[in-house]
Parts: sequence; C-alpha cells; structure tokens
Amino acid sequence: MKLPFAISLDIGSGRANHTGSWRVERPVYVDRLPPCNNACPAGENIQGWLYDAESGDYEAAWRKLVEENPLPGIMGRVCFHPCESACNRVQVDEAVGINAVERFLGDLALEKGWTLPKPGPDTGKRILVVGAGPAGLSATYHLRRLGHRVRLVDSASHLGGMMRYGIPAYRLPRAVLDAEIARIVAMGVDIQLDHVVHDVEQERHDGKFDAVFLAVGAQLGKRVDIPAGDSSRVIDAVKFLHQVADEDPPLLGRRVVIYGGGDTAFDTARTARRLGATDAVIVYRRNRERMGASGEEFEQALGEGVTVRWLSTIRKFDGDRILLEKMKLNGEGFPEPTGEFEELDADSLVLAVGQDTDLSLLDHAHDVTVRDGSVEVLDSMMASPSGIFAGGDAIPAQRTATVAVGHGKRAAHGIDNFVMGSDSVPKVRNRLASFEQLNTWYYADAPRTERPELERIRRQTNFEEVVGGLSEDNALFEARRCMSCGNCFECDNCFGVCPDNAVIKLGGNMRYEFDYDFCKGCGICVKECPCGAIEMVPERN
Amino acid sequence: MLRQIEGSRAIAETVALCRPEVVCAYPISPQTHIIEAVGELVKAGTLTPCEFINVESEFAAMSVAIGASATGARAYTATSSQGLLFMMEAVYNAAGLGLPIVMTLANRAIGAPINIWNDHSDAMAVRDSGWIQLFAESNQEAADLHVQAFRLAEELSIPVMVCVDGFILTHAVEGVDLLEQSFVDAFLPPYEPRQVLDTNAPVSIGAMVGPEAFEEVRYLAHLRQLDALERIPEIAQEFFEASGRDSGGLVRPYRTDDAEVIVVAMGSVLGTLKDAVDLRRDLGERVGVLGVTSFRPFPSEAIRDALKHARQVVVIEKAFSIGAGGVLSSDIAIAMHREETLLRTVVAGLGGRAITRRSLEKVLDDASDNELAPLTFLDLDHDAVDRERARMQATRRSGPSAENLLRDRGTVSQKADA
Amino acid sequence: MTSQDVHFYQVGSFAVGNRLLEQEERTVQAQVDRTNSIDSGHRACQGCGEALGARYALDAAMRATNGQIVAVNATGCLEVFSTPYPETSWRIPWLHSLFGNAPAVATGVAAALRAKGIEDVRVVAQAGDGGTVDIGFGCLSGMFERNDDVLFICYDNEGYMNTGVQRSAATPPAARTATTKAVGAEPGNTFGQGKDLPRIAMAHNIPYVATATVADLHDLERKVERAMEFHGARYLHVLVPCPLGWGSASNETIHIARLAKESGLFPVFEAEDGVVRSVSPIRRRVPVEEYLKLQRRFAHLFGPHPRLDVIARIQSMADANIERYGLVSPESLEESS
Repeated sequence: MKLPFAISLDIGSGRANHTGSWRVERPVYVDRLPPCNNACPAGENIQGWLYDAESGDYEAAWRKLVEENPLPGIMGRVCFHPCESACNRVQVDEAVGINAVERFLGDLALEKGWTLPKPGPDTGKRILVVGAGPAGLSATYHLRRLGHRVRLVDSASHLGGMMRYGIPAYRLPRAVLDAEIARIVAMGVDIQLDHVVHDVEQERHDGKFDAVFLAVGAQLGKRVDIPAGDSSRVIDAVKFLHQVADEDPPLLGRRVVIYGGGDTAFDTARTARRLGATDAVIVYRRNRERMGASGEEFEQALGEGVTVRWLSTIRKFDGDRILLEKMKLNGEGFPEPTGEFEELDADSLVLAVGQDTDLSLLDHAHDVTVRDGSVEVLDSMMASPSGIFAGGDAIPAQRTATVAVGHGKRAAHGIDNFVMGSDSVPKVRNRLASFEQLNTWYYADAPRTERPELERIRRQTNFEEVVGGLSEDNALFEARRCMSCGNCFECDNCFGVCPDNAVIKLGGNMRYEFDYDFCKGCGICVKECPCGAIEMVPERN
Repeated sequence: MLRQIEGSRAIAETVALCRPEVVCAYPISPQTHIIEAVGELVKAGTLTPCEFINVESEFAAMSVAIGASATGARAYTATSSQGLLFMMEAVYNAAGLGLPIVMTLANRAIGAPINIWNDHSDAMAVRDSGWIQLFAESNQEAADLHVQAFRLAEELSIPVMVCVDGFILTHAVEGVDLLEQSFVDAFLPPYEPRQVLDTNAPVSIGAMVGPEAFEEVRYLAHLRQLDALERIPEIAQEFFEASGRDSGGLVRPYRTDDAEVIVVAMGSVLGTLKDAVDLRRDLGERVGVLGVTSFRPFPSEAIRDALKHARQVVVIEKAFSIGAGGVLSSDIAIAMHREETLLRTVVAGLGGRAITRRSLEKVLDDASDNELAPLTFLDLDHDAVDRERARMQATRRSGPSAENLLRDRGTVSQKADA
Repeated sequence: MTSQDVHFYQVGSFAVGNRLLEQEERTVQAQVDRTNSIDSGHRACQGCGEALGARYALDAAMRATNGQIVAVNATGCLEVFSTPYPETSWRIPWLHSLFGNAPAVATGVAAALRAKGIEDVRVVAQAGDGGTVDIGFGCLSGMFERNDDVLFICYDNEGYMNTGVQRSAATPPAARTATTKAVGAEPGNTFGQGKDLPRIAMAHNIPYVATATVADLHDLERKVERAMEFHGARYLHVLVPCPLGWGSASNETIHIARLAKESGLFPVFEAEDGVVRSVSPIRRRVPVEEYLKLQRRFAHLFGPHPRLDVIARIQSMADANIERYGLVSPESLEESS
C-alpha cells in the first residue's frame, strides 16, 4: 500500500530504533550454586537431577545422580540429608524432600534394572581399595569409570561395611544394599572378602598396586570404665549390630539399657525392641538439644517405645541393676555430676559411646600421619606422597555414609591424577544461590509430602523397612517443589516480563538470550526471575 | 424525478443514494431533519447495508466517522454551529488523516448569544482545517453537491463539507429533481481507500510527526487541495454532462462579463442577489454576481479571472472576523491583488437576520454611487448600538448586551426596577 | 486464584510459562510465536508498565481472535512512544485519532466492519487513565450505552504521564503529581470521592468488565480471552505502574503492581452483565505502607514526620475494597487475627 506520507507507517519500522543504547546496566544470565548441592557431602548435583525428575524423566535424573553417587537407593534411606537443612524452601514452607526423591529414583532404578555407566577405557593402573563400605565402594565405582583396575578387599564376609554391619535392616533393607553393591561389582571389580590387611605397604608391594585407598572405617566400639559385676552383660553397640546383621544376635534380655546419644544408640535401642526387649532405655549425659542423633530417628524410636533418660550417667552395673547419677549442664553446656542417684533395672547394657579406627595396617607406612586415631589427608584425600589415600570414618570428618561416598569420589579423582601423573584442575564453584536472590512469589504453595511410615505396632516386632517410599505422584510433586535456586528452569518469566521484547527464547532446553540491541536495562527480568539466575552488571563503556 | 420536498429530505435521500456504510449523528438545529431522514431510511431498510449510530455528542459523531472511514467504509455525518465547534478537534483530525468523510454543515450562527439561525460563522471557524468546503446556492445544488462531494473526497482522500444555509435551505420546501440510484451508482464508484485498517496488511495510521516532517505533511495537504481545484470543475462538468444540471464547480459567475460592479457571495443569498442584479440590468446598469461555490480550496484564479474587469467588488458575507473584517473579502483581496479595483465588504444576515431585496438594492445604489464604506454592516441598528455603548460607559455592571438590546426593542420586558 | 487451580508445579500458574505445563496452559507470552503486538524499539521508559500491559493484552487478544484484531489508540504515552515518525512499533492494524475519542473511533471501526459484513475481525480500543476516566469518559460512556462491539482497555498509571505527570481523576489521594505537589499542609492529591471506572462500566450493564494488573499475566490473559467471547461493549482496566510518574525503580514495576493487589488498594475482579462474578483473592496480604513506600510520589507520607493519619486513610480504602469484594477469604482472616 502506498501510504500517506508520515501520517501512516509500515509495520516493523520501529525495530530500527535500537533502544539498547539507553542502558547503563545490563542483565546477564548466571548459574549459581544451589545450597543443596553446596551442602551435599557426596557432591551431588541435586538441583540438576531434580530438574530431570520434575519432568518425569526419572532415568535421566537417576543418571545425573549416579554421576556423583552410585548408591542412591541407600542414600535415599540413610543419608541425614544436609541438603534439606540447607534448602532455601525452608524459608517458604518446608524443605524439599530431596532424600525421599533420591530414594524413589534409587528404587526405580533397581526395579527397572538400569545399569551404571560402563567402565572407562583400561588404563592398566591397579588400585587397592581397603574396606568395602560406602567410601570404598564409591571409590571403586569412580575408579572403574576412570578405567582403573580395582581390587576391593574387606575383612568381613560381605560387602557393605557399616551400611551392612552398622545400619539395621529396618532402615536399610538388605535387598537394596545388595543390589546397589552388585551394580558396582558388575563393572568388573576384583573382590577379596574375609581378608584382613595387616600391612598395607606389604599388600601394595605384593599386589603391585599403583595406589591404595584406605577406607577401613571405625569398627572398634569405644569402652568406658563402668564398674560391673562378672555376671553383668555388657556389650558394645558396634559388635551388637554386627552380630544382628550376621543373623546371630546376642541375648540381651527383656530390659536393655543403651548408653549414648548418637544414632548408633538409637539403632541399638530400636533393634533391641525388635529382638523382644520390653524396655529399651537410652541413658544420655546431656539433654535432647545436645543429642547427636537425627531428629527423625529420635521421633521414630520414641514412636516404637524407646525411652530416654536425659542428663544421666551410668555409675555402676551389677547384673540386673544400673546406678545412674543425675547430671546438670554447666554454663558451657558440659554435664556435671549432681550427687543425686537413681536406680534402673537392666538385664544388659549396650555401650554406644563412639567408635575408633584400627589403623595397625599403617604401622609400616611411615609417611602416613596418624593423629588422634585418624589419618591425616590432603584435599585430594592423599595420605602419603607414595600413593596412599584415605577416606571415610578413618579420617577426621563427620562419620556418615554420605560423607564417605564423597570421600570415595574425591579419592578416586585424586588417585587418578596421581597414577596418570596429571594435575588436578580445581573446579570453579559458582557463587551460592541465596534465598534473598529468589522471588518466591512465583512458587506455588505446596507443603511437603511425608513418606509413609509403617504402623508402629508392626515395626516393633520385625525388621521390615520402617519408612516407605514415595509414590510416583508424590515423588513428582516433591521434585517439583524444588525452586531451582540459582539455575534457570525455563519458566519464561524473563521472556514474558520484558517490556521491550528484548529476551530471545531459544527453546528446547537452550534457555534464553538477551537482545542487547533493545534491552533498556530496566532490570524487571532480574527482579521477577524466580530462581535468581539473572544479575545486573554495569555496562562497559 | 422532480419533487416538492424539504431541503433536508432532499439532501438525506441523495446521501442515501450515495450508499454510505456508516452514518452517525448528534442532533442540532437546523441539521436535525437531515439525520432524522437518513436514520429513517436506514431503519426502514431502504439504505442498506448501513450502520446508523446515534452518538452522544458531535465530537463522537466525527470520531465514529473517522473510525469508519479508516476501516474503509463510506462515512457521513451532519452538524451545525456549536456542534461543529464541539467536534472541531476531530474535524481537523479527519483532514489530517486524509479520511474522505462527507459532512453536511447546516450553517448556523455561533453563540453566545445562543442563536439557532443561519449565518456562516461555523463554516468560517473551520476554514483552515483542511476540509474542502462547498457552499450550496439552492436545495437542488445542495442535493447534487453531496454526490460530487463523495466522489471528490474519495478520489483525493480529503474530507468534504457541504455547507447549506440553515433553515433558509434546510427547512425550505421547494422543487428538487432527485437523482436516480443508477445515476449515482454510475457516477460514484465504490470507495477504494488509500489506507485502511486491514488485518491482512497491518499499518499504523496516525503517527506522531515532529518538526522534521510536519511542514511537508501540511504542504502535501495543500497540494491536494490544489488538486481539488482541478477536479472540482471537472467533476461538475461530468455531472452536468450526465444529468444536464449545472451544479457545483468552483465559482458561479452571473452576468459578470461586462460588469463594473460585481457582488460576491456564498450560499442561498445568491438567489436574491441575482434577482436584484436582473432588475439593475433591466435598468442598464452593468452589475453582476459572482457566487463562490468552493470556499476551500479557494479558487483564486477563477475569481481573479471573473473579477478582472470590475471597477468595484462588493463582498456580501454572512460572517466576519471580529476585530478585523470580512473573511471571504480577505481571500478575494489576495486573489485579485489589484489596487485599482475598489473592494467593499458588507456583513449581512448574521444570526438569521433577513437579507431583504430592499437592503440589497441600497447596497447596490451605494456601490454605484461609490458611497459604500470599506466595511458595512447591513441593516445595523446604530441607535441600539449607541445606547448600549452609552450604558456600558456609564455603568460597570451594565449587564449582557444581548439582553439589553432586546429590552430596548421591547422584545423582552423591562426589569421592574428599571 | 479463583479461576485456576494452583498446580503443584514449581511455579504453578504464577510464572509466565513452565516447561512442565501443557502448552495450552502456558501464557501467550510464553510462546515464541506470540505476536509482539508492540515490538522492540518503542521509546517507553525503562520498566514501563504500560508497554508491558499493552503487549500482554493485545497478544492475548490476537491469540483469542486468531490474529483478527484492529486497535484504536487514544493519545498518550502509549501512542507517543510507539509511533514517532518514521517508526512504528505496532505489528497490528492500529489507528490513532485523538486523546478523548478512542471509544467513538472504535465504534466507527466496529460499525464499518459490521456494515461490510466482516464478522471475524474484532476491535480493541485502548487508552491511558486520562483518555479513559477524564477526557474520553463521555465517548466511553456512549460506547458502553450503545453496547458497541468493542473491547476497551484502560492502562491505568494513575496520571497524565505523557505530559509530565499531572493529576488525573485516577490519581490516588495523597499522591504527588506536577499539579498536586507535595507542599503545604495537605501535600499531594486531595482525598476526593474517586472515579471508579470499572464500577461505572458495570453500571452500564455491559456484558463484561474486569480489572487486572501486569503482575498476574495468567489472569490478565484469561480475562482478555474471556472478553473476546462476548460481543458488545467490554471493559478491561489494567493497572500499569509508571516508574517515571510514581517514582519507583524501573525493576519494581511488576512487584508494585502485585503489592497494589495484595494490599487491597487495587481490587482484581471480573463482572458479567453488571454483576461481579469472581475476584482474585489476596494471597499474601500486605499493609498499604509496603506498596506506598516504594514510590517517591508518596515519600512525603514517610520520613522524619510520617503522616500516619494519611496512611491510615489509605489503609481504610484498601480495607473497604477487601470488604466490598471479599478479597480475603474468611478462613485466612481468622488465621491472621
């Protein structure tokens, strides 16, 4: 159409005006480190695998998960999920049930028979892994993926370490444990069970190993000096749980007292109840606030009839009676005796006051430093420049399966660098995604889905798993509660809220780009980004 | 078909023959009979398809016409006086946008004082708006001009205002030969807009234009009006050839060829003037009349040509620019640019005051005696004016002049205390 | 959300889009093939709510009509920043005539379409609050009364922003504008009776009247879509914050619109045939201060000598809206008490 001059204009002509020149600040897309990822001892990309789970692509989610941690079914049961404590959603309603989703994925993988990634091309390097607990298994997995040959040795007759011999079956069913271990074994691992390594240097020399990873755990139950009659049944919790796991439980009688306040104490008490104890009483020197055990386990134990004597210490055990002294906390929170005493009927006393590591295998490894019963290591988990690495409960760290899995992974990479003679490239960590960077308005109100728990009465008498899994619907729901802190999840907000159409949607999981020809730098996209994945930076002149 | 018919009705029926698709109107005397009649034709289904919109103001009326025209519809409305002023912003806008709307202006005085009777103040108020303004001499011409107006408007994308003297023409019943539908259909092709709101070819109409192009836009509008100077006589000629009727055109000279005195005027007063001139001619005086049909565009050349031999030109105007003088006269002065010709302005017929043959005779007498003042107000009651002037000087709160004048005349009763 | 269930998606129906939602549940703005009725290059200020609101509304109308929209625009910011010769930002047929006549021009467009027998093309007229509640009010009322087939959208930024932020009948009490300066004993705009155009529109008994803000895109788009299901006069009143006139940060535009709704100062509802059919309940209620303090036009109410009395009066306006429209459900009232 031949339009009247100036009065009427053809469409599309406005794009000649590049309003980007107005800008003094420009928005840029960023990826920040979600607090869950930051908190995960195993270094999982939690936000990443939740993202896949949100769309129902559970296999992709599982694959992203096992990039870092080959034991999701186990982790989904026994991990104390620091990710959830760190989760920003706590400040909206409740943390995302990451652990439950992890378990869902782990279980689904077992059900579907998904296999772990194939081992990498053979490097010809031979690695000795001592200890087949979470650290050793994790290291084995990652070493195999890197193409190294692994001999995995353990003093026990089954793989699993403390996951098998410390964690009761009602928390971690053996079928799950076995299946996840079998998946690692299937990657091709030289396994030696019932094999005690007495001298690691000798073992290494004999087997011509290029490196060693020590993951021997903390298998020795600590003793405390309690005057006890000869007839008194006193046993340490580690041994007790090990025997239960070997299906050879010791007789404890009807009234069992457990001394200690950690998870092991509760595992012991709950196991004792299942073995027929009418009374399972935990005696603890401090109060509940200072207790080491997780809140979940505490609540479950109480629900099962376990009782706790707070602020009490055991002074004497004379066969069927325990003498308790009441304690009080001083200003610094340490328990002090009060001089008040009580008595408690007991058939047996189980000591759950901590564990020590047997490091006698290092007696001839002179360049390994042992301090306070733990092996000193570098960030790479290297304990000696000759190629001994260590992890798990044997080094000074939090003693949890997840931490151990993380150690195993880190050690595998450390060992890889060592045996291949390469330098480790420090991984650039993104800045943390804080709650303040989120715009939580956009997240729908969605309270957390709790996992079902077995009816209390049923679980008191058997070793069936107490905590059930999520249904698929619930797992999906839970995954979708993730706010994707600091990482674009393609909600289209920036694309939609730009008054200048200056955001280009790339589509197909490719996210967006800014069209700086037209972006005026108003910052609405930053303000309205739910997950804080955009920031303003000063415009360069 | 010749019919004894009211002017408004003749206009309405002719407009209907032009098949407008949207007609909108707000009632104001003396335009009312026109829109009433169009409304009736639409309602009865005689004029179809046509949307007849009763709007809430003249401002809306012109605005509806703008929207309709920009959408490619033939749009028509009618108004008068205050109504024209109330829609004035939209009147300018329609021209600025180049929308070929046709509007009948039933000419009427502008208040205050409020006055419903005829003069040309309203048309003069919008002379610079960019509209083409055609003045009808008779109801026959008024009717015929509408057909030509649509043709002209749509050819040139300029709105056209057909000015018809209120009451004198609109309410006069006389013989009018109404056109046939087939004639109008042949004369007036369907509207092909120069720009249109079309979802298949989107454009933005009505941009903001700054100093960099505004003058050019205005000059282009001027050029299009100059184009109209060519087309108006051609269309009138075409109309004449098809109908045998001499309607429209730029100017209408009557016995001017050898005239020493030529009276110039617009609208219905031309009929009276022609009668007066005929009488004079019978007495041997060389007097003529020049009717100006197209006031905008102003046909300077045609006027110069018609007046070139005149010794004296007398412009009779139904409006004037207060504080200055004649409006038409100024344009004619510029058109003639001849110092040797005497140009006289007679302001007459304001607010419906009758322009009588006797008064016109007096004007012609004075003209031939060279006694006409440069600016004369026909039949002005000087005594009344003097009295009011005296009152205003004597008393600060002398009250409104209009009421005072009427009171002097006894048209309204004296105040009890006066 | 009365009209939509909140899904358990991360962002439910609050964000523009969501890869997890069905295509038809995503907003028009989430689509790469959206019309961009008003395109890049327009000269609106940074963070302009009106530019955003116009694209939201018109793109939704375009989708609802399969691209058959003709728009009429009143004079104002939207017109000026979109069509300075020689560039237009519109991608749809668009006509600007005057400040006060958009409703009537739209009537003319609709009449022309009807006369021509074009049934699929629909007419949208748009204006700012000045062109709607003040200078265009007569034409608007006439258009309503005749029930002409026009969707009229008012982008309400509560003042004459194009001319330099002067007061309109939509300017809230106490707000500073260039003609109601923050000086004297009662700084800012006076407390008048207000001119509640949505309710005035409802009093015309037109088929559809709704309010919306640029903070809730799903709601806005659904209302446009709903409006397009009716023939006859329809009115949509969209609150569009103006960073320039309100003295707010350019990135706060949507946030402020949200606070206007969440405080109760701007009730979001829809009405059919003159009867309120649904309201958008307040989700996270905030006191009016939270809304006011982000805007420099209300700065004189805060500072060292805060005008608690004025804030209380504004709060009572919000409370009255909440009561009139039932913006807070009885259960949540109990919770908060």
